[in-house]
Amino acid sequence: MEKIILRDIPDLDNIDVYVANGGYSSLKKVIAEMTPDQVIDEVKKSGLRGRGGACFSTGMKWSFMPKGNEKPKFLCCNGDESEPGSFKDREIFEKNPHQFIEGALIAAYAMGIGAVYTYIRGEYWKWFNIMEKSVADAYKKGFIGKNLFGSNFSVEMYNHMGAGAYICGEETSLMNSLEGKRGYPRVKPPFPAVSGMWGNPTTINNIETLANVPAIINKGGEWFSKIGDPRQPGTLLFGVSGDVNKPGVYELPTGIPLMELINDHCGGVKDGKEIKMVIPGGSSMPPLTREECLIAKMDNESLKEVGSMIGTAGVIVMAEGTDVVDVIRRVTKFYYHESCGQCTPCREGCGWMLKVLNRIMDGSGRKSDLDLLISVAENIEGNTICALGDAAAWPVKHAVRKFRKDFEAKIKDDTPLPVLNKVHGLRESDEYDTITFQSEQEVVEGLIGTVQELSQNEDVKRFSS
Amino acid sequence: MSNENYTPHFDENEMKMVQYHISKYPKPMAAVMPVLWMIQDKYGWISVDSMRYVGELLNLPPDHVLGVATFYTMYFKKPMGKFHLQVCTNVSCMLCGGYKIFDHICNKFGIKNKEITSDGMFSIEEVECLGSCGTAPMLQVNNREFYENLTTESVDALLSKLSNS
Repeated sequence: MEKIILRDIPDLDNIDVYVANGGYSSLKKVIAEMTPDQVIDEVKKSGLRGRGGACFSTGMKWSFMPKGNEKPKFLCCNGDESEPGSFKDREIFEKNPHQFIEGALIAAYAMGIGAVYTYIRGEYWKWFNIMEKSVADAYKKGFIGKNLFGSNFSVEMYNHMGAGAYICGEETSLMNSLEGKRGYPRVKPPFPAVSGMWGNPTTINNIETLANVPAIINKGGEWFSKIGDPRQPGTLLFGVSGDVNKPGVYELPTGIPLMELINDHCGGVKDGKEIKMVIPGGSSMPPLTREECLIAKMDNESLKEVGSMIGTAGVIVMAEGTDVVDVIRRVTKFYYHESCGQCTPCREGCGWMLKVLNRIMDGSGRKSDLDLLISVAENIEGNTICALGDAAAWPVKHAVRKFRKDFEAKIKDDTPLPVLNKVHGLRESDEYDTITFQSEQEVVEGLIGTVQELSQNEDVKRFSS
Repeated sequence: MSNENYTPHFDENEMKMVQYHISKYPKPMAAVMPVLWMIQDKYGWISVDSMRYVGELLNLPPDHVLGVATFYTMYFKKPMGKFHLQVCTNVSCMLCGGYKIFDHICNKFGIKNKEITSDGMFSIEEVECLGSCGTAPMLQVNNREFYENLTTESVDALLSKLSNS
């Protein structure tokens, strides 16, 4: 099938090659022939959904931006890409940066935006430099700047380099980071379209989302809406990694069966092994068991039916023999490290989950630990400002439920219970019986005795009367 | 090894670069990250003095600069080795032997996470996903070049190449 973003044209990152292959013609078209509302309608018609994980309708998002020019408006392109397992934006920067730039400029035109910022993660030094060069080339050719193609539309484009914070991929955190602050997520509402960067209306789009836009303008929204699964049309850049023979980024239509992706495109699982677990959309998404993999299709709505989500389409494949507990421990360590520390449930909860998983790995896990993990995860989920809390909770919660046997295999029956855990000790475990009630009773009796003794004291009598 | 102690100072060309960064944004505060990058590229790490200096340049309180510099892990708040090796051990790399690479380098130099060799040539850090999952395991040197599809042999070759450069 025809690829939209990672097209099979050599040296497409060169602006001359890109222009020779029809590049920047969509930008000319929208400025010459279309009103901003028509552009938004075309994108709405295409059914394009955000590729950053939330899968929100892009046209809808653009239409939330206020009309008129009372305040400056901003577009932020999210190239922070730090989700473990996801490495697709890097491929766009490297192979086809101008299609993304063109898409961003069309978006700016549709929303009447004067300044576009591309936030690229600090680790992508090489790709940041590619983008700096590509933007400079586009300026030179007159595709960015004042009064584009003789119209009254002017736009500036800048690249901004992050410095190693996963949380800055969250849109409000990204805005804070771009403003030169610590990257703490903001409470919504107000939504960015109302009050974003420097208090002005802002739209944040993923790099891959914007890279789809030029093709939609050129070939029409209807053409795009017929590719792949109609509920999330288009192609996705699947970043497949882990235990497969040919890992890499594959551009394929949405709705492709997961097994087809793994077997036909990625050369199957390493050493011909069976699948143990697959994380379908970057480490935050609930993992799939082998049985679920057989029926899973790779688009957001279909994955929801098997209890997961598409996320950033970073597929991590784990073959039979992989230690699920160790993988979940590593994932939790990541969230513990990357939690920004603003909300208590996430800051503390990630640490608690990591401690529990560490002790299960050490062989000193307790029977009650599995319920404890689910309980902690459920208390993080939904109780934080941003979605990182959910992202940390989901893999743990779902992995414990789906792979409970693997977790239980790590817990010895005779593991002593050093501390009485009143809440969780009561749950379906027999450990509570082994705790000596006597000692508790003794403590209580002792306390009563102390109170009685004190009440006889002359000083206490004087104060209490 | 990066400069142990230094007095932060930008020359005329670098000041122009600072002005360029300020001009990109509506408010000068936003230039704090690019200017901190300039300091780190020049001196290898970011000292408290340089945070004060950046604060003066951008008309920000030094504590704000400190807050930003400490939030982001890629800004080094202490001197690192001449070659800072950042080994990814996140899930995809872990499945392909990221920890083997990390342990191999640690054992080779007798150092632990975030430590520097006694000659100041190498330091090592266990980092989170660097977006190189399809070419795992991998490491990054000095926040710059990626070295991918590593084996212990290719790591040895890389380290000897670096130490001879």
